[in-house]
Amino acid sequence: MTTLAEYAATRELLGNLTQRELRGKYKRSALGWAWSLINPLALALMFTFVFGVVFDSRLEAQGNSDLSGIAAFPLFLLCGLLPWAFFANGVNGSIGALVANANLVKKVYFPREILIVSSVMALIVALLIELSVLGIALLVVGNVWLQFLPLILLIIALQSVFVIGVGLLLSILNVYFRDVQHFVGIFLQLWFYATPVIYPITLLNNIADREFLGVSLLTLYKLNPMTAFVEMYHQMLFYLQWPDWKLLVWATFCSFAMLALGLFVFKKLEPRLAEEL
Amino acid sequence: MTALVSGPRSGAGRDRDIAIRIESVSKRFRLYKERNQSLKAAMMRGGRATYDDFWALRDVSFEIPTGGVFGLIGQNGSGKSTLLKCMAKILTPDEGRIQVDGKISALLELGAGFHPELSGRENVYLNGSILGLSRKQIDAKFDEIVDFAGLEQFIDSPVKNYSSGMYVRLGFSVAINVDPDVLLVDEVLAVGDEAFQRKCDEKFADLRDAGKTIVVVSHALSTVRTMCDQAAWLEHGVVKEIGVPGLLIDKYVEGTHVERVAAEGGGSRWGSGDARVERVELLDDHGHPVLRVRAGAAATLRFHYATDGRIVKPVFGFGLHRIDGTHATGVNSRETFVPDFIEGEGHVDFAIPRLPLVQGSYDVTVAIVDDAALHTYEYRTKALRFDVGAGNPREAEGVFAVDGRWSFDS
Repeated sequence: MTTLAEYAATRELLGNLTQRELRGKYKRSALGWAWSLINPLALALMFTFVFGVVFDSRLEAQGNSDLSGIAAFPLFLLCGLLPWAFFANGVNGSIGALVANANLVKKVYFPREILIVSSVMALIVALLIELSVLGIALLVVGNVWLQFLPLILLIIALQSVFVIGVGLLLSILNVYFRDVQHFVGIFLQLWFYATPVIYPITLLNNIADREFLGVSLLTLYKLNPMTAFVEMYHQMLFYLQWPDWKLLVWATFCSFAMLALGLFVFKKLEPRLAEEL
Repeated sequence: MTALVSGPRSGAGRDRDIAIRIESVSKRFRLYKERNQSLKAAMMRGGRATYDDFWALRDVSFEIPTGGVFGLIGQNGSGKSTLLKCMAKILTPDEGRIQVDGKISALLELGAGFHPELSGRENVYLNGSILGLSRKQIDAKFDEIVDFAGLEQFIDSPVKNYSSGMYVRLGFSVAINVDPDVLLVDEVLAVGDEAFQRKCDEKFADLRDAGKTIVVVSHALSTVRTMCDQAAWLEHGVVKEIGVPGLLIDKYVEGTHVERVAAEGGGSRWGSGDARVERVELLDDHGHPVLRVRAGAAATLRFHYATDGRIVKPVFGFGLHRIDGTHATGVNSRETFVPDFIEGEGHVDFAIPRLPLVQGSYDVTVAIVDDAALHTYEYRTKALRFDVGAGNPREAEGVFAVDGRWSFDS
């Protein structure tokens, strides 16, 4: 990456690899891109049934939104599920990216980070499409979130940085230790429930006074960067209010720290990559 | 690849810059006894995997001049492919460094990175950008690439429907059209049918004429012999010798083949042995076997062969060496005489109307290879020694008697 020309070439390669991911993904499936929406939708309906119907939990109206009750539950869920799916798929996709492209890595030289970045980029495109559909649905039911659009786009960008950072770190570790992918599979499930995706964060107010090693459990809970991201999506898309600036600062810090760590480890382990694959 | 220019280097007059400078490069591979690919294993061994170091390259230093074709030869495991991958930046040397002057493109595997579900067109753009071309550059070359691969009709169908030949042709076509300053080629030259081969040969010749540098790794010694201006012989990761391919290959063939067995007359012999030259005879103009002929007389070399099974399209070749080792000539039958197959025992003759050798003793080296020169059935040195006596001319120096006539205007 010394010259501008090389940088430009890299950008094109990134674009082409992203296109490859996008075009290859739903080729030969009749529903094609609809699958990208059907998956989170199915999940949302499932959780609505389990939590809204079986457990009969109530979704209270909050912030500037009138949305409440069982009918709004799927919309609430999707506001968190879509960013979560982006994160989880991004991590899983990155982990597989180097191994799946072993043939390429062993035969052609190009900056290897591109494989991870392009697999995340393809998911960003998917996320944007999914969020647009959700956004339209929210507008239809009267949730006018458009004023938050610039900040939402910024959050998406920040989250992408975060996902790329985690992806870089785990993808290269997975080349050396193949059980990273299995470990991550389990860990992501834990992480999912430790993030306010399928429940509102207000549910946790009852642990606010409990402590662990002198630190409030709620504080620990909020250290989870995905909590910050998902909460910000919820605040803006669903509750129609500006998120706490502390969340934004924390999310920004985590994203760039993760990217730095990911890049550092990636570069450290990259020289033997072609032979370890 | 034999049709490739073997004439003088087009770049002979150019100042000899260095295209690739290899400075004491060493590359170590880890041969894992038990691989730490699971965390449990890693923890149980305290984070240390047990492995042996294997030095694929050891303190390799040489320079490859700009322009022309440079060959890397050596047996399997000699480190030549590793060196090529280090040049291509796919592998990173553990010690030393490699400086490459200019844009580099590597033909290590054709069509690496093709996506089977995408069309040929999409894959050309994808592969091109992997090899470092911009969209604009590919736009400009697209027709040429498709035309070169001969895939106009199929360019919009997914490459998974391509035959392996089409696949490889498209891959080659993209890679060769990257227009690199330095092209690294690993044993992929023999792709496609004969017509495509010819096109490749021309393309290589063009690149070479344009002053580009080509580095070739090959087991096909005849390819190296005809294509390369210079070659390096690697053995167990170290450079054994660098020099002109002709001499180098002779030494290599003499020196490296473990399957060598002593043949009668002190020669050596290697090859797969599916087809063998059992005996070589020299016949005089009456067809009688002799061991001495006169310079300028008619003679025939007769090669008695025997095969195990059917050998398809064998190419016969022989070389004559003066007993001091001077290579007098090498001839093969590829262009003029390739039987569809040979089977069992028989003989082929090479008739020489006027033997153009000066007096002395000569050894016959004989070989049978397949028509792509990739597989050697038989390679036998000193299969026959014969003498050339004084004849016409009676007195001559060197190895070769020029046929001609003196005259003068009074």
